[in-house]
Amino acid sequence: MAVAAPDTALRHEVRLNLARAGKDAAITAAISFALLLPLIGFKTVQNMRNELELETRFPLLLTIVAIITAARLFGLVVIEPWRERRALHPPAPNATLTAVKSAFANYFTPFAMGFVVVYPILILLVVPQGALKWIDNFGIQILIYVMLGWGLNIVVGLAGLLDLGYVAFYAVGAYSYALLAKAFGFSFWILLPMAGCLSAFWGILLGFPVLRLRGDYLAIVTLAFGEIIRLILINWVSFTNGYAGVSGIPRPTLLGIPFNASDEGFAATFGIEFSPVHRTLFLYYTILALAMLTAYVTVRLRQLPVGRAWEALREDEIACRSLGINTTNTKLTAFAMGAMFAGFAGSFFAARQGFISPESFTFLESATILSIVVLGGMGSQIGVAVAAVAMIGGTEIMRELDFLKYVFGNDFDPTQYRMLIFGFAMVLIMIWKPRGLVGTREPSAFLKERRTILGSFVKEGHG
Amino acid sequence: MEVFIQQLINGITLGSIYGLIAIGYTMVFGIIGMVNFAHGDVFMVSAFIGLIMLLILTTWLGMGSVALALFIVLIVSMVFTSLVNWTIERVAYRPLRGSFRLAPLISAIGMSIFLSNFVQVTQGPRNKAIPPLLRDVIVLMHGEYDVTISYRQLIIWAITAVLLAAFWYLVSRTSLGRAQRACEQDQRMAALVGVDVNRTISITFIIGAALAAVAGTMYLMYYGVVNFSDGFVPGIKAFTAAVLGGIGSLPGAVVGGILIGLIETMWSAYFSIDYKDVAAFAVLAITLIFLPQGLLGRPEVEKV
Repeated sequence: MAVAAPDTALRHEVRLNLARAGKDAAITAAISFALLLPLIGFKTVQNMRNELELETRFPLLLTIVAIITAARLFGLVVIEPWRERRALHPPAPNATLTAVKSAFANYFTPFAMGFVVVYPILILLVVPQGALKWIDNFGIQILIYVMLGWGLNIVVGLAGLLDLGYVAFYAVGAYSYALLAKAFGFSFWILLPMAGCLSAFWGILLGFPVLRLRGDYLAIVTLAFGEIIRLILINWVSFTNGYAGVSGIPRPTLLGIPFNASDEGFAATFGIEFSPVHRTLFLYYTILALAMLTAYVTVRLRQLPVGRAWEALREDEIACRSLGINTTNTKLTAFAMGAMFAGFAGSFFAARQGFISPESFTFLESATILSIVVLGGMGSQIGVAVAAVAMIGGTEIMRELDFLKYVFGNDFDPTQYRMLIFGFAMVLIMIWKPRGLVGTREPSAFLKERRTILGSFVKEGHG
Repeated sequence: MEVFIQQLINGITLGSIYGLIAIGYTMVFGIIGMVNFAHGDVFMVSAFIGLIMLLILTTWLGMGSVALALFIVLIVSMVFTSLVNWTIERVAYRPLRGSFRLAPLISAIGMSIFLSNFVQVTQGPRNKAIPPLLRDVIVLMHGEYDVTISYRQLIIWAITAVLLAAFWYLVSRTSLGRAQRACEQDQRMAALVGVDVNRTISITFIIGAALAAVAGTMYLMYYGVVNFSDGFVPGIKAFTAAVLGGIGSLPGAVVGGILIGLIETMWSAYFSIDYKDVAAFAVLAITLIFLPQGLLGRPEVEKV
């Protein structure tokens, strides 16, 4: 009997846990049913006379409620005990402030850089038919966001200035290139630095009034600026052509050689057969070079006094000021640098698309770029790149999931769930890792050995 | 003159809607110090819930009395929207309380994207229009341009006034309001003297959502059309109202809301209707830059 006693106690406890889990799951079911009843249970549709009518979707509603309840039950019965057991036997606490970089971290960067350089060639070898799509949608698209993420990383990650209107500078760059190229016929390579300068100028212009603001307030004011610029782009029709956008933007050339099928074209000049892949490859390596330039400049700037002033500003503005750092200049340079790279990315975007409209520069873009920076772990270059690949690549992959049509029927369109999942992923990743994927800090100055600082030891002031 | 008075009436109506949303922003900011970015989308969700309830009542049950239908719609929308906001707080904000300062903001932006896309996916991207309700107007002044006030506008004014009175009573005279103000000042101290902080914050979100639901239903009634993307701009304008009135200050939110409503309608009438949103955003930026404590707020003092 002495042996059986703990066994029954254990069984009793398990039964209690199950009862509790069952009750909890019932509550979850009730809440999710009530929550989803109006919007999933009913659908408003327009009939022939343009009146709204209701349709019901109760089977769908019940299925979703069942899925949520099952997930909750699974969490309570399987994951919760597992976490409790793990909490009972914690791994040896890592109490040291710093850690030597792991071998993985040391080799990941060169490997990733090598991979992005050979990526289009790999694609051409593996899927020659769909290569254009894979290089354009995945390669170029992701690299634009990597570059924007790195640019915003200077403002948010290094200087700690929360900017929710970053897309404004992207728009300035894009419209600078589009309008100047169409009006004066300048080439891409002349306008690229010019667009960067104009964006940097706007960065200073918009940065100046917000010097005194911090944190959330700064975020909201920059958001307002971003929206104002977008609304002006929409409403100043004589200048920007409003909603209709600017089309027929000249494509970039390689030292004056255009990428077309004409006699002066790239293919004819080099005596190879014309293929649209040439231009895509050229664009890919251009944006890769621009992104690498952004990363390189950021890494170098961190070693310079201005970069160190940025990071000091992020950690504690008051301490920074009492040490005699000119916070005005520090903030303005951060805004200007960040805006400049957004301007480069913007003019590249305009050149790649050949068409731009205010639709491309909504608040959602700013939110996407900011979320890439925060999810990546603010200040970490690798983290930002990984986050950009995950978020943008993930949403692009949603376009490719045609096989789901066989599961859910032909009306099923995976692309419309893209942003839904994107938003939910933002919430989940924040709950899972509030400090982002790479939460450690790498000081630019160190004693003897290069070490990183764990995120849990980083305490930021307001900035 | 007629135009001015007419725009005054329209502006106060619009401002009441903004003011009700702004209370949700200002309360949440006051108590947990975060900008609840998803609040504008909660407002939009409430308008959709109201729309669906209205359709159930009118097309299925054939309810004749518009006033009774509106009353039921209002109550149902308040209940469901409160549940939505309560869940959002539990799922997306509570795990991040006391965390890194940017985390709740990003989580709220994610929630905002999620909500608007959820409505887009479940209800479709098109504008949802309902036949106009309560079209009758009262002519106040005859002239070459009649100044009118519609029953709709009168109802909006009346509901806003009644709700604000009830809300003011709740916050200033009940133990719940006391608990809220205590949490605003110092959460740990409030917990030590026996205030259930989590419950108080949940109730704050519920109240904010209920007021947003009233605003959403009235928005639907006033404009007769709602779209999944309607949460963003009214949300920003309501936030502007909260900032203009002084964030954290409840009377400030209402005053700010009415001011923003007036600025928007007057701007549309006298300058250009295309740039009315620019005016609202510019007010937001100018207020934050030159008057960060707002009209009725307390200045923020930072201690080192």
